[in-house]
Amino acid sequence: MSLSVDRPAHSDPEHVQAIGGSTRFVPGQSHDRVTVVNGKVQLGQRLKDLWLNRDLLLLLTRSELKVKYKDSVLGYAWSMLNPALVLTIYFLVFKVIARNHQPFFAIWLFAGLLVWNLFNTAAMGATSVVVGKAGIVKKVAFPRELLALSVVGVALVLFAIQVVVLILALLLFGIQPDFAFVAILPMALVALIVFTGALSIFLSAVNVYLRDTQHLTEVLLMAWFWGTPIVYTFGLISGELAKYPSLVWVKYVYLCNPVTPIVMTFQRAIYGKTQYTYAGQVYHVLPNWGPLTYAGLVGIVLAVSIGLFLLALIVFGRLEGNFAEEL
Amino acid sequence: MAVAIEVRDISKQFRLYSEKHTSLKERVIHGGKMPFTPFWALRDVNVDINQGETFGILGRNGCGKSTLLKCIAGILKPTSGEIRVRGSLAAMLELGAGFQPDLSGRDNIFLNGSLLGLPRSEIAKRFDDIVAFAELEDFIDNQVKFYSSGMYVRLGFAVAVNVEPDVLLVDEVLAVGDAAFQRKCMDHVKKFQREGRTIVVVSHGTDTIRQNCGRAMVMNHGQVITVDEPGEAIRIYLADLLGVGTLAGSESGGIEGNVLAIGTVQAEHGGSGSRPHMYPGESLTVTADVDSLDAVPNAMATIAIHDDKNELVFASDPDDPACAMDIPVGGGVVRFYFPEVPLLDGTYSVSVGVRSATETAIFDWKDQVTQFEVANPGRSTGRVRLPVDVSFRLRSSGHTGEVPAVGAQFAPLAGWEETAS
Repeated sequence: MSLSVDRPAHSDPEHVQAIGGSTRFVPGQSHDRVTVVNGKVQLGQRLKDLWLNRDLLLLLTRSELKVKYKDSVLGYAWSMLNPALVLTIYFLVFKVIARNHQPFFAIWLFAGLLVWNLFNTAAMGATSVVVGKAGIVKKVAFPRELLALSVVGVALVLFAIQVVVLILALLLFGIQPDFAFVAILPMALVALIVFTGALSIFLSAVNVYLRDTQHLTEVLLMAWFWGTPIVYTFGLISGELAKYPSLVWVKYVYLCNPVTPIVMTFQRAIYGKTQYTYAGQVYHVLPNWGPLTYAGLVGIVLAVSIGLFLLALIVFGRLEGNFAEEL
Repeated sequence: MAVAIEVRDISKQFRLYSEKHTSLKERVIHGGKMPFTPFWALRDVNVDINQGETFGILGRNGCGKSTLLKCIAGILKPTSGEIRVRGSLAAMLELGAGFQPDLSGRDNIFLNGSLLGLPRSEIAKRFDDIVAFAELEDFIDNQVKFYSSGMYVRLGFAVAVNVEPDVLLVDEVLAVGDAAFQRKCMDHVKKFQREGRTIVVVSHGTDTIRQNCGRAMVMNHGQVITVDEPGEAIRIYLADLLGVGTLAGSESGGIEGNVLAIGTVQAEHGGSGSRPHMYPGESLTVTADVDSLDAVPNAMATIAIHDDKNELVFASDPDDPACAMDIPVGGGVVRFYFPEVPLLDGTYSVSVGVRSATETAIFDWKDQVTQFEVANPGRSTGRVRLPVDVSFRLRSSGHTGEVPAVGAQFAPLAGWEETAS
């Protein structure tokens, strides 16, 4: 009874698949493949596993959408009801009641909410996804991170629908986006997805052990929302801070919110303006940075997000080992 | 022979909390402390399961057999130790575990197949086979939540077996569906065995293990008791773990105010004395101590045997004159002798009674007062061991010489006359 099994795992990296705790029957692999189950978290293997199971991610996302929206046009239209209402409420409050003078304020709101909706829907949904899918988690072995990522996938589909609505709105109002900045948007979207994915994976695992994480997430996300320049402008914050030169660091702390540079990039590209004039006075809504500065900021967010994503995978791997007994 | 699953020093600790705090709020309130008792569900388990082998794991509830299976499947991470699995693996811990009730059968086949590790293109290729196997052609586009439980498990089994893994883990799910479907499942398992795939079956049903497995492991309290051929493993499981193998008599008092009372009842088999269980076909003697305050003429002794599901296996003829006896004052010992007990595996309980032959009065009746246990060293299954001869001859009348029997004569029993065919 001695074949390659008797050799230590690391001596034969080509044929040994060591996954921290999750054995996978990996599609299309030879029969010589050896899967190792032990208590360790192996990041490289986890990433490889995610890649090998991208089909499954697609299926999980699809089935989630099917269950939610019944695969019908009306179903998806229904899914837009919530973002549309939110947009309407903020518009009414800030434009009509608070007498905001910003032209095309609805487009400004839409640009920011687009980003926020993706982030918020995914983070909220992912928090409860592992607990909600306990049946699968307890009985089937697969990379469970995919559950959290499938929620991000669903949010991404809703994002795409909103983008279509936004493009229609831009055409309707005759607003020209700033195409120099539109070029940065794909990178900004990737950064957003990676950051959202990291947070989703982390929250989904923590919620198994601390079930009130969902409620905490809800409150924290609300605070986070108001700490991000979506319903107000970044220009407003920096303008106020300019009055107190000693408080310039607050601006940098404010920019440390990874969602802020992404939101600002979307606003810069879609809203297209950095300032407007009202009653002879100039109002700055966004900093006068060039595309490279925006790209640089988004690049930093992306780099940090990738780091956070890997960290989230490690944390998830640690916590995953006892999912089956905790659920 | 290559090793398909290598289990090395696997231990798994569970924490049993007296009070579990599953929220941050509770943790903060209790200062983050959660007292727990460590519980070792598995302790230093070592076993090699060979490629192409059908391996059974036997044990009582909570012995760690399912935990081991989950560790092999990668659903649970062991606390220490390492498991190496060669080739692809699919686990059937619960049929249809990954089903989404709101999705159609079609969508669920794709989702479940993908969860078990099959690429989408491969599922599409096998889709028709899966549907045909599950016999769900007419319902495949209905939502799974409207399926009957039988349809549900059929679909689950169909997906799982069509994944065609190198190693299949099965947790007591073989007995699903109606008889026809069960046969189909068994055929599929046999096909897997022929194809040289490795199967690990966890069960506490000895029949499943005996019928299908080449070797079996007995577990208790998270530890391996033995790894042996199924007959022996089952014997150890029954005798040592369930504690049902002892033929000890049990004490019971008589009914007060009655003239006659049955005392100690004992069952003893005719095999070698040290063995707690008997083999099929051995003799059995049941003795009942009877105390009598008065002389009881025309007493009838009766005996009944029930199996472990409380089904009556045998009851003596209450009017058989051979059972009649005169019991003098003071009583004596009633002896029932079965020259040969053709029962197969199981624990059987014995009830003994004494009644009047002339009146309907029952003097005393001891219900299921003692037990005896039969362990079958062979591989036949069922309740009763029937002697059978198998022979073969050609249909055509042209041949004069009879072809001798080619089928094995089913292992003759001790004390049985071998009859010529």
